[in-house]
Amino acid sequence: MSPEIVRLIIGALLDTLRMVAFSGALATAIGAPLGVFLATSRAGELFAAPKWNGLLGLVVNATRSTPFIILVVAIIPFTRMIVGTAIGTNAAIVPLTIAAAPFIARVVEAAIREVDAGLIEASIAMGATPLQIVRKVLLHEALPAITLGLTLTAVSLLANSAMVGVVGGGGLGDLAIRYGYQRFMPDVMASVVLVLIVLVQAIQSLGEALARRVNKRARRG
Amino acid sequence: MSAEMIRVENLSRLYPATRKSAEVAALKQVDIAVGAGEIYGVIGRSGAGKSTLLRMINALERPTSGRVIVDGVDMSRLDGKALRAERRKIGMIFQHFNLLSSRTAYRNIALPLEFAGVDSAAIESRVQNLLDLVGLSDKRDRYPAELSGGQKQRVGIARALASEPKVLLSDEATSALDPETTRSILSLLAEINRRLGVTILLITHEMEVIKEICHRVGVMEEGALIEEGDVHEVVTRPKTTTARSFLGALAGGEIPAGLAARLRPDSDSGNEIALRLRFSGPRATEPILSRLTSEMGIEVAVLQAQVDEIGGRPFGTMIIVVSSAALADGLAEAFLANHGVSTERLGHVA
Repeated sequence: MSPEIVRLIIGALLDTLRMVAFSGALATAIGAPLGVFLATSRAGELFAAPKWNGLLGLVVNATRSTPFIILVVAIIPFTRMIVGTAIGTNAAIVPLTIAAAPFIARVVEAAIREVDAGLIEASIAMGATPLQIVRKVLLHEALPAITLGLTLTAVSLLANSAMVGVVGGGGLGDLAIRYGYQRFMPDVMASVVLVLIVLVQAIQSLGEALARRVNKRARRG
Repeated sequence: MSAEMIRVENLSRLYPATRKSAEVAALKQVDIAVGAGEIYGVIGRSGAGKSTLLRMINALERPTSGRVIVDGVDMSRLDGKALRAERRKIGMIFQHFNLLSSRTAYRNIALPLEFAGVDSAAIESRVQNLLDLVGLSDKRDRYPAELSGGQKQRVGIARALASEPKVLLSDEATSALDPETTRSILSLLAEINRRLGVTILLITHEMEVIKEICHRVGVMEEGALIEEGDVHEVVTRPKTTTARSFLGALAGGEIPAGLAARLRPDSDSGNEIALRLRFSGPRATEPILSRLTSEMGIEVAVLQAQVDEIGGRPFGTMIIVVSSAALADGLAEAFLANHGVSTERLGHVA
């Protein structure tokens, strides 16, 4: 493999990491509060607002059922409004974020719903405010599950980031299509796939290690 | 025990009918008064409404009608900030402990203080004292998963006491523990009641809990309080069948199966009679049977005997067999009655 190709792969890898990191952070900032709300706003819950819960649940489901590649194209005007352009790595962060946020919302919701209702009751009995319960009890107790869920999100973001080549998003997926497929360079294709495998493995291992660290439920020897 | 700490007035809770079930009355016009410094136990089957009653005290559930007054404050009228402030004066412990698995023993006990906005220096000294009080100073940095059931409940008790409550609510706190651990938790609760003067309202389905630490007991059935009184009183003289079935065994005096099979109502079956004796108060420890022999010349065979302390007072039961000739003139039974012992003829022994 020529040094030029290696440089291309490294550049694409950095683009991919940037897209995943930025959209992951933004999607968490949007999705996590949304997930907390979804988990605590049914009738009789801490922030009971069943109508809003139903409405937001619908929006989340609608977003999640739109295939990513269609979402990318469909929101081009919105992307242009926010970033100023619909082409390039920065522009790609918009659809990646919009696709990941509802996913994260459901991940956080599921993690929080797993927290024993007895803990909420105990906290209310202690005179906690609903916000204190979310901060000190629900998020804290759900952290292992949320960590694993975010790991899952990062992997699916990585997969989605391979598709944003269609809008000039750059990154590893784009490189594999343009060089590996269109120019028929099987060595580029193979290298990209290898890098992706290592990347997914690394994200997964890191996420699991973090989740183990915050999980105090298991008795350790 | 002069001032009243908890007053429950005409309390009812209806759960409206749903598509799946008809209207349920979880509580029916319950009245209870618990004095300051008292330990009051509510016993009953699951579904009797004990849990609903307990949750009304700190307004985790709201009454359909009636009032709950804790230390002069009507809990059922409070909301928001005022309600949270009152709840801090009421500690609560649970059957399944409800500890945060992600926090150490220390930080679990600190939680209510964090909720109340206490600064960390004050939290530090308070939590250390509480750890000492419940005997867990060496488990300070352990997570709940590393503690035994009894230790977890000790953390739960320390947490409930963190904001120096006047009232402690106990929701089947020992039901998930083995008998030995149950006893140690009960003696801790009794000690807390004695040393800190905390009023305790507990619900349970275990008669041992009532016997070990309660001063007064209420018996619940189908949402209603069907009997209440001094523990000694209710155990030794239960008025309802539910009270008898829950607490009767404490009083002892069950007829042994071997004897039951040989009992006959008619006198020609045998010349011996089985008697059940019950004595309470200081007399329970008097040598009454030996005096029956020495003063009345009556030979006594003891089939079963039990002396126990209930509500701090000794109480005994005994099943004895004497010859029917000895009882013919009725003097023996009169002698026993004179000494505060109640007798009950169980039948002739075949």
